[in-house]
Amino acid sequence: MSEFVRPASDEDFARNFAQIKPLMNETEAYYESSRCLFCYDAPCINACPTGIDIPLFIRQINNGNTDGAAKTIYDANYLGNTCGKVCPTDVLCEGACVYNHQNVKPIEIGRLQSFATTASIANNKKHFEQGESTGKKVAIIGAGPAGISCACELRRAGIEVDIYESKAQPSGLTLHGVAPYKITNQDALDEMAYLEKQFGYKVIYNHPIDSEEQIKELEAKYDSIFLGVGLGKTNRLGLKGSDADQVFGAIEFIEQLKLKHSEVAIGKQVIVLGGGNTAMDAASECARMGAENVTLAYRGGKERMSAYEFEYDLAKGVGVKGMFHASPLEILEENGKVKAVRFIRTAYENGKLTDLPNSEFEQACHMVIMATGQSKQTGFLGMIGLDLDEKGRIKVSEQYQSSNAQYFAAGDAVNGGVEVVNAVAEAKKAAKGIIDYLSDK
Amino acid sequence: MADLSINFAGIKAPNPFWLASAPPTNSGYQIMKAFDQGWGGAVWKTLGVPVVNVSSRYGGLNYRNNRMIGLNNIELITDRPLKDNLREIEEVKKHFPDHAVIASLMVETREEWHQIVRDVENAGADGLELNFGCPHGMCERGMGSAVGQEPDVLKTIVGWVKEVAKTPVIVKLTPNITDITEPGLAAAQGGGDAISMINTIQSLMGVDIDNFVSSPSVDGNSTHGGYCGPAVKPIALNMVRNCAQHPGIDIPISGIGGIENWRDAVEHILLGASSVQVCTAVMHYGFGIVRDMISGLDRYMDDKGFKTIDDMVGKALPNTMQWNNLNLNYKVVAEINDDKCIQCQLCYTACEDGAHQAIGLPEGDARVPFVIEENCVGCNLCSLVCPVEDCITMERRDDGKEVVTWSDKTANGTIPTTFNDQRAGGVGHYVPEPADALKKRKK
Repeated sequence: MSEFVRPASDEDFARNFAQIKPLMNETEAYYESSRCLFCYDAPCINACPTGIDIPLFIRQINNGNTDGAAKTIYDANYLGNTCGKVCPTDVLCEGACVYNHQNVKPIEIGRLQSFATTASIANNKKHFEQGESTGKKVAIIGAGPAGISCACELRRAGIEVDIYESKAQPSGLTLHGVAPYKITNQDALDEMAYLEKQFGYKVIYNHPIDSEEQIKELEAKYDSIFLGVGLGKTNRLGLKGSDADQVFGAIEFIEQLKLKHSEVAIGKQVIVLGGGNTAMDAASECARMGAENVTLAYRGGKERMSAYEFEYDLAKGVGVKGMFHASPLEILEENGKVKAVRFIRTAYENGKLTDLPNSEFEQACHMVIMATGQSKQTGFLGMIGLDLDEKGRIKVSEQYQSSNAQYFAAGDAVNGGVEVVNAVAEAKKAAKGIIDYLSDK
Repeated sequence: MADLSINFAGIKAPNPFWLASAPPTNSGYQIMKAFDQGWGGAVWKTLGVPVVNVSSRYGGLNYRNNRMIGLNNIELITDRPLKDNLREIEEVKKHFPDHAVIASLMVETREEWHQIVRDVENAGADGLELNFGCPHGMCERGMGSAVGQEPDVLKTIVGWVKEVAKTPVIVKLTPNITDITEPGLAAAQGGGDAISMINTIQSLMGVDIDNFVSSPSVDGNSTHGGYCGPAVKPIALNMVRNCAQHPGIDIPISGIGGIENWRDAVEHILLGASSVQVCTAVMHYGFGIVRDMISGLDRYMDDKGFKTIDDMVGKALPNTMQWNNLNLNYKVVAEINDDKCIQCQLCYTACEDGAHQAIGLPEGDARVPFVIEENCVGCNLCSLVCPVEDCITMERRDDGKEVVTWSDKTANGTIPTTFNDQRAGGVGHYVPEPADALKKRKK
């Protein structure tokens, strides 16, 4: 049996999905900030895609200047609290902390970052001024991390910003895709509200942009358009049986879980297909939702999984079982219900993953989650007529300008899907590109 | 096992760890508890005409998350009637006849001194400590450090006490003076049997920047207090050694100031103390710390082959001398252990901004700094800021054959004597051009 009992209420859900980076109290923050060495040319700064001056903000916390610390963070990264919580800090700033060299626990940078920014959010502390109006207008498609980061930067330069969001709430994958134990919906939305109030951009919700008419309209109405559209639905790889009722795309499953919490149904036995971080999240989540048995099936070897080691450890920690060298052939149904996945064993031959003959086997299950990557928004991007690379990613210049000069883009649609912090960093640069572009016009 | 017992100017104790006259020795209850846990002696909280104290009495100095590396207090001498203290002294001695109970005293007139000395000796005190050190509250009334700062007055009062005292007389000195040896000498000349130092240092502990009052605040106001705790140890050590090296001060010294563990105690002893007194560490951690002090001292003495405390008293004194007798030919340079280095580059920035620009950084992604040996003056700074034990060591580079001191050079006529003298130590040493600083701006 699973260690988690199926949650029946929001309280149960919160308990099963307890935050892995809970908010520090003042004593904790004081003691932890006391440990920072204030390194010269600190490796943690260099490891942060947004280049936050980490030793400075930690010193500010330690010296009782929490507002100053939050300002230091937001100066570099408009999603300071979100990134403090959802960043894979183990492989970024905390992974670079010099303490690791002597096996001393690295500074808990992410939690300190959230400590400082949460205080500013709670007190609605204003750190930035909106720029004097330039009369320029920019449309942003997508209120995810990229869109919001871009909007904040543009507003400081006095550019009017309207964000078109297809969903009912902002923050993109932070709200709809990040595992619930990394950040609560409330924390994500609080930072969104704080930023919206401070920077004064407008978000138009439930307003997907998906027709040529809308595109033409935006092009006529706005001086520039920023695409923070991210990626599309789960790629089903044409796996036989993957259209069955109890087969879910990971990204779609996680979104349901994030929005409906304990109302989401989970099979007793679940197989998650994939070896990336999303697969780890989906598997962990099924276990925390009370599934009796969760198998993470990856077609290659454990060492070839793209997931971070700590993410796999997190999944293992809640009882997920890894199954490697198992490539799915077919999802089997019986009486309209999923009953098993048929796999074939694999091995590396001359470095190439190869199916082993006569090694098929079936693993029973009631539910399958396919964490096999998200598709690109090639249809939509084709409608605009932007140049894409061979993987369907938007081609951009160093300034994040696309092949159509009016369009700029950043985040998953450009980088193929990395971290929130990458989207934030890229979008800020894109905003600078837009500012330059508009000032030349 | 080494013999930790001492005979300090005639006062016997099972070990050299005494409680200083302070809040931990306010009552017989506390002292009995301390003796029960292993303390060798206690100097009773200063007796005299009892005072009235203020509320809010202490201020602490923290360094980051380390609490109370310094403490100051504006508490005065005992606020309890003498008869209560005398009764308790008697009771403590009944239970602990082999432990040292020393009565700290502070009164004004010759008659008062005579009376109180007789009273505490009758109660069973093994010795007396004359409080000529308290730098707050009492000194304004002509007592405490007001006496310690006037060697002639000090000598006179020691004389009054010696007229009637049957037990050894320790004179407690104030550090709030330019030269500690002056009152030290006066104490010896006045007939004192021993001296103890240091009492607390006049201080303002800090300022509440929201309410514009220094700490500790008493109803919105404050006053200077007496500073003590780990941070004062270096000042205490220097004063102990100054008195220990003074040829006219030939009486034992009880070392006080910043002693928190056996190591601090050993340092005081090596510089001339033959008993030590502790206050702040007990106020912070309680009497239990003495167990570690005893075990640490015992192990240290066994390791070093010291049989008794007396064997080690003053062992570091011959090596503590005037600056002009230090060997100018001695040359050490920093060496960074690449395997231990955690790449924080604190040594680089300390040397670059705070010393002699003798540490460089590698090109590219590598981060382990390197020492530019020809620029290194052997100042130690890098090794002091390095957070890793024994990562930066100071390695000897001279041949050790010839010792040349400033005194020698003065005798030889080879010291620099004019403003632009080419014999200046820094001649030929690398110093970057001022404008080079701007080339290091971060992009």
